[in-house]
Amino acid sequence: MEKLILPDIPDLDKLDVYKKHGGFEAAKKALRMSPDDIIEEVKKSGLRGRGGAAFSAGLKWSFMPKTTDRPKYLCINGDESEPGSFKDRQIFEFNPFQMIEGALIASYAIGARTCYIYIRGEYYKWIKLVQKALDAAYEDGLLGEKMKKTFGTDFAVEMYLHVGAGAYICGEESSLMSSIEGKRGYPRVKPPFPAQAGLWGDPTTINNVETVANVPHIINRGAEWYSKIGAEKHPGTILFGVSGHVKKPGVYELPSGTLLTEIIHEHAGGVLGDKKIKAVIPGGSSMPPLRGDQLEGVRMDADSLKEAGSGIGTGGIMVMDEDTDLLKVLWRITHFYHHESCGQCTPCREGCGWMEKIFLRMLDGRGVKGDLDLLVSVANNIEGNTICALGEAAAWPVKFMIARFRDEFEKYVGEEIKLEPADKVHSMRKTETPIAPFALK
Amino acid sequence: MAFEFTQENVARIEAETKKYPSKKSAVMKALYIGQEQNGWVSNEVIKAVADRLEITPEEALGVATFYTMYHKKPAGKYHLQVCTNVSCMLRGGYEIYDAIREKLGITNGEVTDDGVFSLEEVECMGACGGAPMMAVNEDFFENLTKEEALRILETKK
Ligand SMILES: Cc1cc2nc3c(=O)[nH]c(=O)nc-3n(C[C@H](O)[C@H](O)[C@H](O)COP(=O)(O)O)c2cc1C
Ligand code: SF4
Ligand code: FES
Repeated sequence: MEKLILPDIPDLDKLDVYKKHGGFEAAKKALRMSPDDIIEEVKKSGLRGRGGAAFSAGLKWSFMPKTTDRPKYLCINGDESEPGSFKDRQIFEFNPFQMIEGALIASYAIGARTCYIYIRGEYYKWIKLVQKALDAAYEDGLLGEKMKKTFGTDFAVEMYLHVGAGAYICGEESSLMSSIEGKRGYPRVKPPFPAQAGLWGDPTTINNVETVANVPHIINRGAEWYSKIGAEKHPGTILFGVSGHVKKPGVYELPSGTLLTEIIHEHAGGVLGDKKIKAVIPGGSSMPPLRGDQLEGVRMDADSLKEAGSGIGTGGIMVMDEDTDLLKVLWRITHFYHHESCGQCTPCREGCGWMEKIFLRMLDGRGVKGDLDLLVSVANNIEGNTICALGEAAAWPVKFMIARFRDEFEKYVGEEIKLEPADKVHSMRKTETPIAPFALK
Repeated sequence: MAFEFTQENVARIEAETKKYPSKKSAVMKALYIGQEQNGWVSNEVIKAVADRLEITPEEALGVATFYTMYHKKPAGKYHLQVCTNVSCMLRGGYEIYDAIREKLGITNGEVTDDGVFSLEEVECMGACGGAPMMAVNEDFFENLTKEEALRILETKK
């Protein structure tokens, strides 16, 4: 199978090598097309977002207003903080120019003259690599004012890096925009959607790194060709990041719709110690986990996974063997969302904390009858009642894990309420983060 | 302690503001530069950033406290970030975290007495395929074992 995003070409992160392999030919071609034709082509290709929601990229671009005097923006989302996701990092390292070329074409298609590439701050090394690639592209006249001459058009786009500083929530598109504006990364209520009121209130499109990295191929080889790769309704290759209890964890680029079992057992080398699988989270920690006995026949594309009762998310596949303590896993996931909740909405802020407390109590051997129903009820009260989808991300694992593995959790809930003296009530570990020890005078 | 950006850092912040229609957008970068120069984001750094970008100190403080990568107190010479999120946990992240805590005698958010190490338990670092992992300042160490992690600490003084 041909790899489109991470082909086995050495030194593809060097501009001359990238160009030797057809790099920036798609940009040349695209800049001779009309923006509408590009959007049409991308729509026809069936390309869907790789950032989590699998929304049609072409359709998203078409929401951008065509006749407006306001500036328009493109944001490339490389925040990549969803536990289990580590694939955009591969693009930064091994094929950054394809992302840049894709972003260039996307900018032209939506009429954006400024594009921000948002990368999480912890990607120290990869931030430098992308900055280096941007510098090389500028120097070669592929970006900025000089590109007008290079490509013989009157279109120019400036492309900048914006570095995050450790906040998962900034991957959420409206939070990402708040962050670029220099504010706390609070998500915003939608509508208005970013295409109407995004960065500084102007029309903005947000796309994942991998999404735009697909675009040069679509322009070069046509929508027709692209739409035939992998699953019909979610075509293309996908970067699957496999982690957890497998022999060969890593990122595997495979056609969408590849069998989950094939990815785990063939590409990732099977389960460590050849144990049985207890659970798999197929798309990053917010996606509902599947039972080990639910995996047969499950294909890795948005629609198949939805049918199987989960979601494609970021394509981050987390494998857990039969000896995994799912209560610990679920507590750890909940701890993460509690830690990362921005705190704007009460159901998310408080609910995540309550759920975490209940899990800690259960881990402490003080679970009580009714805890599981209480957890599900808290999760249900978060879902749908928040500004952003972090609420769902926190609620789903709890709801679905308890529904699918109830027997695993029931061992932890006692028959009746046992009250402990207060001094014995301790949490499993200290997990507090340092609070700013100062106030402004 | 008084804090003033060096000339070079002033220029870096100026260059950063050019990327955006509003100067304020450079606040994250300016805080990083301040942290780089000062070792941590102190009140004085906050004030200097705010002055430079013509925002209120409260706005700059709000940003500094929202994001976890700004040290709101002095960090060690080597800042250790150990991931204990799910993919790392499944492969021994907590064992590594606990071994480091034991060896250094500090826990999350603390600095050793000699100021060499500070420790932070972090959320997923996007290195799950190389789990378990830790970062020492800006370097990622992946596919770690407990022994390997402790050995790395030995090499840092
Ligand atoms: C809490 C939360 C975190 C998210 N984190 C990311 C992320 O790190 N990277 C990403 O591309 N999308 C992330 N998303 C999805 C984005 O909001 C957005 O849908 C996506 O970047 C759109 O790009 P796409 O259409 O190309 O997939 C996140 C969403 C939520 C609710
Ligand atoms: S759902 Fe949670 S993370 Fe999202 S805006 Fe509300 S409080 Fe913030
Ligand atoms: S879970 Fe540790 S790096 Fe992702």
